[in-house]
Amino acid sequence: MLIDFLTQVSKWAIPLILICIPLYGSLKKVPVYEAFVEGAEEGFVTAVKIIPFLVGMMVAISVFRASGAMDHLVKALSPLLTAIGTPAEVLPLAIMRPLSGSGVLGLATELMRVYGPDSFIGRLASTMQGSTDTTFFVLTIYFGSVGVKRYRYSIVTGLTADISGLLASIYICNVLFR
Amino acid sequence: MLNVIWLALLAGGVLVAALDGQVEVVTEAALGAARGAVEVCFDLVGVMALWLGIMRIAEKAGLVEALAWGLRPLMVKLFPSVPPSHPAMGAIILNLSANMLGLGNAATPFGMKAMRGLQELNRDSDEASEAMCTFLALNTSCITFIPATIIGIRASFGSANPTEIVGATIFATSCSMLLAVTVDYLFRTRSCWGRKNRAD
Repeated sequence: MLIDFLTQVSKWAIPLILICIPLYGSLKKVPVYEAFVEGAEEGFVTAVKIIPFLVGMMVAISVFRASGAMDHLVKALSPLLTAIGTPAEVLPLAIMRPLSGSGVLGLATELMRVYGPDSFIGRLASTMQGSTDTTFFVLTIYFGSVGVKRYRYSIVTGLTADISGLLASIYICNVLFR
Repeated sequence: MLNVIWLALLAGGVLVAALDGQVEVVTEAALGAARGAVEVCFDLVGVMALWLGIMRIAEKAGLVEALAWGLRPLMVKLFPSVPPSHPAMGAIILNLSANMLGLGNAATPFGMKAMRGLQELNRDSDEASEAMCTFLALNTSCITFIPATIIGIRASFGSANPTEIVGATIFATSCSMLLAVTVDYLFRTRSCWGRKNRAD
């Protein structure tokens, strides 16, 4: 019930926002189209500003992955995760999660294709994917868009979020779906 | 910290590739990723323009302000260094709401808008402020009610119940949000990672 409701919310959210905000704006006598263009211009500038930061980060991560170094890291960390109830198939996903958004989405899709979305592996992969974020990507573009170069402790906080999200996913899936 | 991670990724990659006798992989990966990064940014341009345009209408109509006012008691606690009526507050709330609803591509533009607001208040524009760190802690750990992308993938592979993982993601993201906010609070209040202590 609640879940059906949430799915509907997700489906309707954008169309509703697109109609309600301009309508309300025009009621408030805002010149809606002019205001829209004014705001949109800002979006362009911001997106272009991110490029150098994103190039730097994506090149480093891509080299790390393509060289096979990522696989070694996965192998080194896997005993740790297997010990707490993670199937070996899901390990690369868990370990690569903070680094590579598209790579991990590809992995999750592959796991669901091979094992089925309703298998334990499929459900765990889904939960992990939905519960964590590509922290490095987020930090790179958010800080990059305003030109901040020193991130201070935010990397530690972001990784804490990812690791706790992963561990909580493993725990709850073992409880619910095992 | 980022300098070290960045260098480690590059050096580790080149080293492993060289040891495996396939160092040419590095060249291809590096050039491909550089091109890919620009593509990502250009994909963002349209979406950013759309959402920031809509947001500007909402701002002018006073909607963003009203939203920020409603959540003021909580926001003031989380962001003590930001004046309660500052426009960044509204953008932060919009970003987190979009995250919760799984509207990833609406979340990013609001987030950048929030960062820009926070940068106005920042004392050193090269370095992250406390408020920025708190915002990103909330952003990366944010509780997700609707993990839209993954529900879509599950449905496309013929899952009997694509949304059955929603309860599990709500649990897991609540845990990570709680922890991230706590860790951020500890750093912020009793930090040895303060502005005076610069690694570089």
